[in-house]
Amino acid sequence: MPVASTRRDWIFGSVGSVAFAAIAAAQEHAHRAIKTTPPSLFEFFTATEAADVAALAAQILPSDDGPGADEAGVIYFIDRALTTFDADQRGVYRSGMTEIQGIAARPKGDQLQLVRSIEKSEFFEVVRAHTLLGYLGSPSYGGNRNQVGWKYIQFDDRMAWEPPFGYYDAEIK
Amino acid sequence: MSGPKFRPGDPVDFLVIGAGAAGGVMAKELATAGFRVVVLEQGPYWREKDYSHDEIKYTFLPGLTNDIKLQPITYRPNDHEPAKLMKAIEYGRQVGGGSVHFTANYWRFHESDFHERSLYGEVPGTAFADWPITYADLEPYYTKAEYDLGISGLAGANPFEAPRSKPYPLPPLPVKSSGALFERATKTLGLHPYPAPMAVLSQPYRGRAACAHCGFCESFGCEIRAKSSTLVSVIPEAESTGRCEIRADSYVRKIAHDARGRATGAVYFDAKRREIFQRAKAVVLCANGVESAKLLLLSKSNLFPQGLANSSGLIGKHLMWDNGSFATAVFEHPLNEFKSVQVTRVIHDYYAADPKRGFYGGGGIDARFNFYPAGFALYGMPPDAPRWGSEYKRLIGTYFTRTMSLLAHATSLPMEKNSVTLDPDVKDAWGLPAVRITFENHPDDIANLKWLQERQYEIFQAMGAKKIWPQPAEMDGTNRHLMGTCRMGNDRKKSVVNAVSRTHDVRNLFVVDGSNFVTSARQQPTATIQALAYRAADHMVRAAKAGELG
Repeated sequence: MPVASTRRDWIFGSVGSVAFAAIAAAQEHAHRAIKTTPPSLFEFFTATEAADVAALAAQILPSDDGPGADEAGVIYFIDRALTTFDADQRGVYRSGMTEIQGIAARPKGDQLQLVRSIEKSEFFEVVRAHTLLGYLGSPSYGGNRNQVGWKYIQFDDRMAWEPPFGYYDAEIK
Repeated sequence: MSGPKFRPGDPVDFLVIGAGAAGGVMAKELATAGFRVVVLEQGPYWREKDYSHDEIKYTFLPGLTNDIKLQPITYRPNDHEPAKLMKAIEYGRQVGGGSVHFTANYWRFHESDFHERSLYGEVPGTAFADWPITYADLEPYYTKAEYDLGISGLAGANPFEAPRSKPYPLPPLPVKSSGALFERATKTLGLHPYPAPMAVLSQPYRGRAACAHCGFCESFGCEIRAKSSTLVSVIPEAESTGRCEIRADSYVRKIAHDARGRATGAVYFDAKRREIFQRAKAVVLCANGVESAKLLLLSKSNLFPQGLANSSGLIGKHLMWDNGSFATAVFEHPLNEFKSVQVTRVIHDYYAADPKRGFYGGGGIDARFNFYPAGFALYGMPPDAPRWGSEYKRLIGTYFTRTMSLLAHATSLPMEKNSVTLDPDVKDAWGLPAVRITFENHPDDIANLKWLQERQYEIFQAMGAKKIWPQPAEMDGTNRHLMGTCRMGNDRKKSVVNAVSRTHDVRNLFVVDGSNFVTSARQQPTATIQALAYRAADHMVRAAKAGELG
């Protein structure tokens, strides 16, 4: 019986205070690259909107110690979600994106401050959930490219496994 | 394998409503006994080729369950408060029902579960009562279910289990790291861990393959037919008799009756939303503890103004919940719990009620992991962890393979005020009233959840967990164990069906599913639902052959 199981709970889930560790110097060029992407590949976002939402997603799952939201292509997942199964979140994005307009072009420190200022909003909750679904959901939805998200958490989607499965059952055999 | 196609205008012997855990059993038992059976199922007829490991489809979108965009549900804690739209209950909505996507825990009740009222006295403010049957009445049918469906377990390993006439047909599934840690720790605490009985094949059985440990069990359909759903076991057997038609995408809106008060069949919407009347000599309602109550209420008439078979006024009442206390912990080395079935070890040391605790309660505790990747990142992390950023990412990367949970399966007291009713305002996509759920826990149930969580912490500490975090000890938002709403009993003023699941009011109408439950036991209702179904079918067949159902 899984917890927090109602499917829309995450929008209204608790937004507790965040203990936030200092972030090491990030790779600015990844964000500049998205900003300068040529004609939009997106169905919902304009190119600038996509750059801003991607910058937000990259703050949620940075690319510091391994592939993050950028490498996983989270922005493509979100774009597709908003034109398919999560179309009813479009209004949340439209109003939320006005709060983060231009974030992609800002220095990292400013980006973090902006994210902190919106982290208790419904928009942030939705983007956070979409970022995680886009990072760890099936690649068939447009994110988790080359399974980078699954590899990062050391998950592997297979049809069959054999025991021993992990350290502690191997230990007893 | 498909079977015959009956014409709706020709009355079949039995019309079964719902092709789930109970309905599938019914179909097989009745068709095998020589009767012509139509099973109407509101959901689709999926097969293993239709399934996949898509976490978004099957855990974030409705997947194999009811879709509240088409069939909205409203919820209120009590009748003083307005009901709000929310997915308060969930059920498997396809041929095979909940037995397709369930976690496949398969415990029998204990002997005491059938007469706790006699053992412990009343619980004030509740409808706590004995069942009209004993464990001994049901034992042969638990055994039949285990063999027909294919259940893996180890008889005698649980010192608290009720007596068994036969061992399990299949040995237990291999232990996982969660089970190994749990077993070692609980033994040091003087407790008695045993292999979890599971409706998943540990070996090939009756033409089906053994579990391959893919890990996509709970919430998913099994692509290799190793999970012992009715879809892959008794339903094909029913169809192969040549006397059973499984009619999917058929949403029943009313059970009809004649002037004598005998059921005559049911009206349903087909896939094109045309209304069709299927005639039958007897009707067996197996639509689950919410949908069965709803359909009987919808079937009210001049003869049955409170709802069909509702002279007691109790249909929809005594709704019980799948209360469980949940705690999660992280360990030093990878467990890789994403592999294989969700549960491999259980203890029943705390199952029985104990008046000395000061509340009615008790529960089983199992060692498990039931998060998939995105769900873990969203819901599985400690409440004090950052929710975004580098540290958060690092934690999900480290924790996912090193985490497991303990789930305590707890009690839910029956109370008349907790109910399934028809919402006066909201309609579903077919124009039928939506279900309205009214429910709040009894203080004893909350006390029990908190008490069980303390036991979980003790076990995690004995396991050497590096960090432990709880899910708050309160009611989980969505109920999947739908029980109590067509209560079984000998007194027609205090129950809806008799001890063999026949309605008191309508001699050829039966209701067999979780709605029959008098008390909740400690969750894991499927084994008992299916045993009740086998027992009811046994009596139904004899009654039909003796001409008693006309």
